[in-house]
Amino acid sequence: MTVTASDQPVRITHGFDFTKLVLYGFALALCLLIVLPMSWLVYYGFVDKSGAFTLQNFITLANDPTLREPFVTTFILAFSTSLICCAVAAPMGWLVARTDMPFRRTVRLMVTASFVTPPFLGAIAWELLAAPNSGLLNKVYRMMTGAESDAVLFNIYSFPGLIFVIACYTFPYVFVLVANALDRTPGELEDASSILGGGTWVTARRITIPLALPALLAGALVAFLQAMTLFGSPAILALPAGFHTMTTKIWSLFQYPPKPELAAAASLPLLILTIMLLRAEHMILGRRSYAVLGGKNSAPRLIVLGRLRWLALAFCFIVLLNPVFLPYGALLNASFSKVASQFVSFSNFTFHNIYFVFFELSATRLALYNTFVLGIATATIGTIVAVVISYLTTREAVTGHKALGFLATAPVAIPGIVLGVGLFLSYTRPPFVLYGTLWILLLAFLTLAMPAAYQQMQSAFKAIHPELEDASRILGATRLRALREITAPLLRTSVIATWCFVFVGTIRELSAAIMLFTSETKVISVLIFDLNESGDLAAISVLGIIMLIVTSCIVALANRLRSGGGNVRLRDN
Amino acid sequence: MPRGFSRRDVLKGSGALALGFGSTRVVSAAPPASAVTPELIAAARKEGKIVYYTSIDLPLAEKIAKSFEAKYPGIAVRVERTGAERVFQRIGQEYASRIHAVDVVNSSDAAHFIVWKRDGLLAAYVPEDVAQHYPGDHKNDDGLYASFRIGLSVIGCNTDLVKPEDRPKSFADLLNPKWKGKIVKAHPSYSGTIMTATYQLARDLGWPYLEKLAQQNVMQVQSASDPPKKLALGERAVQADGNEYNLFQLREAGQPVEPLYASEGTPLAIGPNGLFKNAPNPNAARLFQSYCFTAECQQLVIDVGGLRSMHPLTKEKAGHRPLKDIKTLKDDAEGVEKHGEEIRARYTKVFKV
Repeated sequence: MTVTASDQPVRITHGFDFTKLVLYGFALALCLLIVLPMSWLVYYGFVDKSGAFTLQNFITLANDPTLREPFVTTFILAFSTSLICCAVAAPMGWLVARTDMPFRRTVRLMVTASFVTPPFLGAIAWELLAAPNSGLLNKVYRMMTGAESDAVLFNIYSFPGLIFVIACYTFPYVFVLVANALDRTPGELEDASSILGGGTWVTARRITIPLALPALLAGALVAFLQAMTLFGSPAILALPAGFHTMTTKIWSLFQYPPKPELAAAASLPLLILTIMLLRAEHMILGRRSYAVLGGKNSAPRLIVLGRLRWLALAFCFIVLLNPVFLPYGALLNASFSKVASQFVSFSNFTFHNIYFVFFELSATRLALYNTFVLGIATATIGTIVAVVISYLTTREAVTGHKALGFLATAPVAIPGIVLGVGLFLSYTRPPFVLYGTLWILLLAFLTLAMPAAYQQMQSAFKAIHPELEDASRILGATRLRALREITAPLLRTSVIATWCFVFVGTIRELSAAIMLFTSETKVISVLIFDLNESGDLAAISVLGIIMLIVTSCIVALANRLRSGGGNVRLRDN
Repeated sequence: MPRGFSRRDVLKGSGALALGFGSTRVVSAAPPASAVTPELIAAARKEGKIVYYTSIDLPLAEKIAKSFEAKYPGIAVRVERTGAERVFQRIGQEYASRIHAVDVVNSSDAAHFIVWKRDGLLAAYVPEDVAQHYPGDHKNDDGLYASFRIGLSVIGCNTDLVKPEDRPKSFADLLNPKWKGKIVKAHPSYSGTIMTATYQLARDLGWPYLEKLAQQNVMQVQSASDPPKKLALGERAVQADGNEYNLFQLREAGQPVEPLYASEGTPLAIGPNGLFKNAPNPNAARLFQSYCFTAECQQLVIDVGGLRSMHPLTKEKAGHRPLKDIKTLKDDAEGVEKHGEEIRARYTKVFKV
């Protein structure tokens, strides 16, 4: 073992080592990105109109029932969603990872599809499906049973309806965590159990499931967090159902007359809860390492389900009907139907909706342009920043790298709507007046994308042994040159995959965008949201289908390129 | 409170359209009428575009835009449609950050124009048609705005779901238990029409009416354009409020919907058009404003849109009950301006959203 060259950066002969400069530059940028909006948020929460310190905002919050109730609602919502997600995702994850169920890969792929569906779009699709009277499913139900014209099987405009829709697009988080944990559980432990006489089910119950439990618990927390901070689905469904959640309430506080101080005060508990939940998740997952002790593992054993395998597949299929097949079908149907709530037939088939979106709706072009410009810019800048930071932290290149890593992951704890409020408060005033430009959206999207991009690049860097760079440095190259000529080519696929995921995450973002857009800087997600406000469901369906096609293509590309199994957590909004 | 609604003698006549424009000033400060000159068209063409913030139903707004573009090729109209209350909030937010993106604005909440005028944001400009044809109470004395459209917030029903004899005839009828869970209603925090209508209903029927309505499990949507669409989908049988003009459009497209005119009177919402001093495309804005008030555009608003117009050279559409035959509630933009915030807060308490 030689001493790595990185310990003596001063000896270089080919010029100045820019690493430190880069480090400080990025640290400063990240600070500005995160600390500035959050400080304004705290400041606004604690001052009155004249700028003097006050707790009045929190008192108002606690005393006004229209502000207090959303907190309770959100808590129940998040808790129920989390339970449902676990109940569905855990068996599915197990089936996919540890049994011989057919079409396991396809099931995984379909879960990815529900992953990339923007939750607000899913909610709109479910309006088409399960609105109590006009919903397609309720119509089918009445047709098949001959029930009364006001008989209702599903009512999506209800609290359970909202929980259901949120669970549809949240369960993939639990699924991925559980399936990955089970993928990694070593086969020996199960073999040992079998050798000692444990049957298949005993082994599953006493070995496999306990080993996956931490992942499940972490999944439950993540699902809770997602449901709590989600804006899109509640914004679509909660209003017709007659209640507010925390996020929709914060948003409505910006209606005229805007009450930014109350919005800031309402955002802070959300922020603190998120940080606490993430700490809890970290603690739980941190303990998981005991599961993979013991040298080289053999591949996990698959449990033979026998005839039950088709039953298992049917279960997965029924689950996937809800986030993927049914909603996509409803959107497709509405795109070509004269009346969104009627099935396409010869008599009401139309291309008018598509014509309307592309040739009559004057906002489409600008929104598409903005969305793609922002998507490409965020993905490119975000990936570059993630690469540099991951390099500095995994190679422990400079003192302070830990802080840098922390800053890059910190935005995980900032719900989109809270960041939106913070950025709005920070950049509508001098010295940085960015509101009204694409820059403020770029900042928001970059901040939101940073943790996922960083995590993915970091795991990619960890897979490349530093020896290769060291060799280059010993031969006299500077750090940046080693990075450019040795590491970069090895990282190419990961970089492209990261780029794709950031791009996808950006074009579906709604919660921060809704706070920050102006008419000149509207993006597709906001346009869809506006169209929903006036009930233009057909136009939404067309835009939604386009969005899904673009997203799926890019995710498919990224999945092909992705080398490792590092799973990316797309954020929901 | 059984039928405590008609505490006020609501309306005496159909022509009682003393609108929120009535300023007490006697001498008009409005500039002289401006004709559309070749110079104006040339200057507008140079700018090449105009940005129109409006709360009018989107397909109609785009139709108006397309007809303008057809008449003046080379000038693109970008429509920014959202609920009037959000248009108002958006402009306030943008102007606070010194973002001047809007050229011409149309809002179904006439109270907004009082605020914009007070803040000195509007430019004085009187199109020829307004000067020549519009009645005095439908144009601002300072030439800042005029009534682009007259809308009604009506009750209405899906004719497949409601038999002719069962149709509600009054707001009071909506409180009948048979409508529980069958009513859709728009929200005054989003829609200017509904803001105006809620003010008028609270004034003339009293809040107890709205409190009882809230007990009917109403489906709450945002825009006044949405309840008619929910009726057409068959999602709800009856609307408690919503645009009459959307019902006309849908009915003419063959959908089973019908506007109904409450015996207590139908809320009236005036949607003025005005242009901003800091408009980024001032000439195109003038040209567009002039076009909006021509008999040609106003007829489009009536025929395609199903709205009402104050332009005397326009004709009401066959099959639409003429405005003068409808008992309307008194419009009062000043009142809405004064009580808007209180209405929003109280509404949120009563309807929980």
